[in-house]
Amino acid sequence: MDCLAECAHIDKSFYGVKVLTDVSFSLRAGEVVALLGENGAGKSTLMKILSGVYTRDAGTVTIMGSPVGNMTPKEAEKRGIAMIHQELNLCSHLTVADNIFLGREITRKGMLARDEMSRQAAMILDSLHIDMDPDMPVADLSVSKQQLVEIAKALSMKARILIMDEPTSALTAKEIDDLFVIIRKLRDEGNCGIVYISHRLDELQHIADRVTVMRDGHFIRSAPFKDLSMGDIISLMVGREIKEKYPRVECAVNKEGKEGRKIFEVKNLSAGGRVKNVSFSLNEGEIVGIAGLMGAGRTELTRAIFGVDARDSGEICLDGKTLSIKKPADAIKAGVVLIPEDRKKHGLCVRLSVRENIALPNLETLCNALSVVNREKEDDLVELTIKNLSVRLSGPEINAGSLSGGNQQKIVLGKWLARNSRVVIFDEPTRGIDVAAKVEIYNLMNDLKKQGIGVLFVSSEMPEIIGFADRIIVMCDGRITGEFSASEATQNKILEKATQFEIKTLGRGRLEEAI
Amino acid sequence: MNVKRDKPGFMRRILATRGMPQVITVTIGLILIFIVFSFLSENFTSQRNLRNLARQTAPILIIGIAQSYVLITGNIDLSIGSVVGMSSMISATLMTTGGNSWLSLGLAPWLAVIITLACCLAIGFINGQLVARCGLPPFIATLGTMTIARGVAQIVNNNRNTDSIGAGARYFRDFFYYGSIRFTIPELTWLPESVRKFIYHGETLIFTPVLIAAVLWLAFNFILSRTKTGRHIYAVGSNIEAARMSGINVTATVTKAYLVSSFCSCVVGFIVCATGGVGTMDAGTMYELYAVAASVIGGISTLGGQGLLLGTVVGASIWSVLQNGLVLANAPVAIRNIAVGIIVVISVLLDIIVRSGKWRLKKARLEAREPE
Repeated sequence: MDCLAECAHIDKSFYGVKVLTDVSFSLRAGEVVALLGENGAGKSTLMKILSGVYTRDAGTVTIMGSPVGNMTPKEAEKRGIAMIHQELNLCSHLTVADNIFLGREITRKGMLARDEMSRQAAMILDSLHIDMDPDMPVADLSVSKQQLVEIAKALSMKARILIMDEPTSALTAKEIDDLFVIIRKLRDEGNCGIVYISHRLDELQHIADRVTVMRDGHFIRSAPFKDLSMGDIISLMVGREIKEKYPRVECAVNKEGKEGRKIFEVKNLSAGGRVKNVSFSLNEGEIVGIAGLMGAGRTELTRAIFGVDARDSGEICLDGKTLSIKKPADAIKAGVVLIPEDRKKHGLCVRLSVRENIALPNLETLCNALSVVNREKEDDLVELTIKNLSVRLSGPEINAGSLSGGNQQKIVLGKWLARNSRVVIFDEPTRGIDVAAKVEIYNLMNDLKKQGIGVLFVSSEMPEIIGFADRIIVMCDGRITGEFSASEATQNKILEKATQFEIKTLGRGRLEEAI
Repeated sequence: MNVKRDKPGFMRRILATRGMPQVITVTIGLILIFIVFSFLSENFTSQRNLRNLARQTAPILIIGIAQSYVLITGNIDLSIGSVVGMSSMISATLMTTGGNSWLSLGLAPWLAVIITLACCLAIGFINGQLVARCGLPPFIATLGTMTIARGVAQIVNNNRNTDSIGAGARYFRDFFYYGSIRFTIPELTWLPESVRKFIYHGETLIFTPVLIAAVLWLAFNFILSRTKTGRHIYAVGSNIEAARMSGINVTATVTKAYLVSSFCSCVVGFIVCATGGVGTMDAGTMYELYAVAASVIGGISTLGGQGLLLGTVVGASIWSVLQNGLVLANAPVAIRNIAVGIIVVISVLLDIIVRSGKWRLKKARLEAREPE
């Protein structure tokens, strides 16, 4: 196998902070290399050096046998390197074909040759067995299809080195399988090499040939996937054993074998066509997980409960009393809070400081009668929150957007801790967070549970939901289709309920593939 | 909740304030411009000119505060100039007698001021509701009210400028323009002779517009930096969704910012009216853009959520020092416009460069995105 890309002894610093030290990496044609490491390990930085976004301070980069100097992204593209970013870079108003040929439009006499571009786009899509109309606006496609457009775009540029940065973080199990089929196909053709960055270690068994682990900007180990166990990989990544992946605590209430008091109840909730007649309850000292596929209406359910989206019908009760929630402020006042899925979009004011973010929903308790903020009280609150959550940062004045994913999640959680909330709803609390930070988030959720707070969390990661929740509610197509206790839940049972209504649309074959 | 903590010193705290580095950068710029003009023209540093300079800065600062509030919420207010015109025309018409309009009632200044304020605040309220409740793009919404307010300014006195607001309104003119407070600078004998000569002018005057601007600035700076409403304004500008999900009433917050904006514009309208002694229909033309310039030079981001009202003071000062200094240096109007335009662009460009810490612009832009 010929070597497509080789990075040797790469160093890189940002403003005097060393983020890569003597890192080496190689990629051969016809293999999928999983690049692993915690957030901040330097994976993205290394890949951005390879794709010309950053320049290296020291070291050599060899692409297809020829050493290269500092590249611009454009030059990297010409050398056959394509990076598919976590956040998609598509123009959503343009069509699939327009996007594939963006910047390299085919013209005839100075005019766009739309037919030709759409024909060629169709050819590329066909070769990947992607069923998609090239003249469809990208905005009308699902996230997974958009991801495939990115891949098609990369291949249309004759890219041989494909770098995928967490491509599956927004996909459902079924879509992930479709993507893996395409990745395996590309690999087996033997022309391309694929670098695959992911936090979902359970995915690796389906595609990875080789694993390269990085930690704190250092190269740790590179080995064939089959030579390593999952435990090996995790301990290489974090540099220590993680004993419990899903720490579970037993509360006094459930120790005695009886259920805790019912504190929160949702009755016949419907909202905006995406949430249909949902009823469930939450007991004191209990963590309830909501499982389901992407688009099952789980996020919409949390938003409807929190009052972000309007409810069509249904009641929300806390301690037996019906709440009138019309906007988030009402829910917050009642003690029901939401930690949203997209931290940067919905959870944090990224250009404000950590201090201002934590204080934001608590200002009325920090203000005097004239609504002047008491800085003493504010600093106390912020300091206490940071200490309780063990957020590692240089100071509370630091920009909230500059923190790592795990720390950002903690700050969003910290906003609500000072409020004596009764019910805390998490939407995908561990998405895009490294292994060690995940455990910290679980521990924080356990702390809430121990205080008798009802915890509800939405998760797309099946092992997490089975391993961590006391009770699991499964949603499909806006409805609740199943409920399991922790002991009786299995991946298959949940998936069966989660795809209950999809059988009609998908056909039996696709369903089996998904399971 | 008792946490032991080392209290940072006063200076440390000031310097750690978000946005303070930008303010310091432009302040250095202001000092440089000031020094250049003091060499270009002898009269520039005369007491008389400095007094005038302060008086010219006052209205620019007030509309700067107006625009800054709206910009920090992530919106823009194009109706500022028209509200200035409207305020000038309505107040003047109400105070004159026997004029062209049935509104020429010869009202007492205080009554005219209250009625005018109510009209201007209505424009601010409409702006806020259109933008925050109805979801109109702020550019379009305030473009509409800008035209409407200008129309109102024209119609109140039947499409004519008003007559002189007359002797009855002397107090109005004194309060908003001609009045001044006399005070004596103590002679600081311990200072070196040269420094003392520069700052010591014995008895000096402060005109009322400067006092009004100072009071408004102190009040609105306090609200923005110390109160709940101020926090909400920054939060809405930084991330409207996160603000809403933190329980903030976004509509009310944006409306408050627009109300502050039209209130300040209204006050500037009074100053303009008092200056000329008549109401003029095209008063305040282009002021909304001068206000954007003063804010942006002072480090307030048009994207929202960023900037300090202290920066607006520096921005407004740079604006008027340039205008005043170039006049004294006998520069023609065309050169003045070109110079001011260049300064606006350069100050924002400098800010981008300083903030990214690099002189290489292209790389700086890319690496500013580095999250780790």
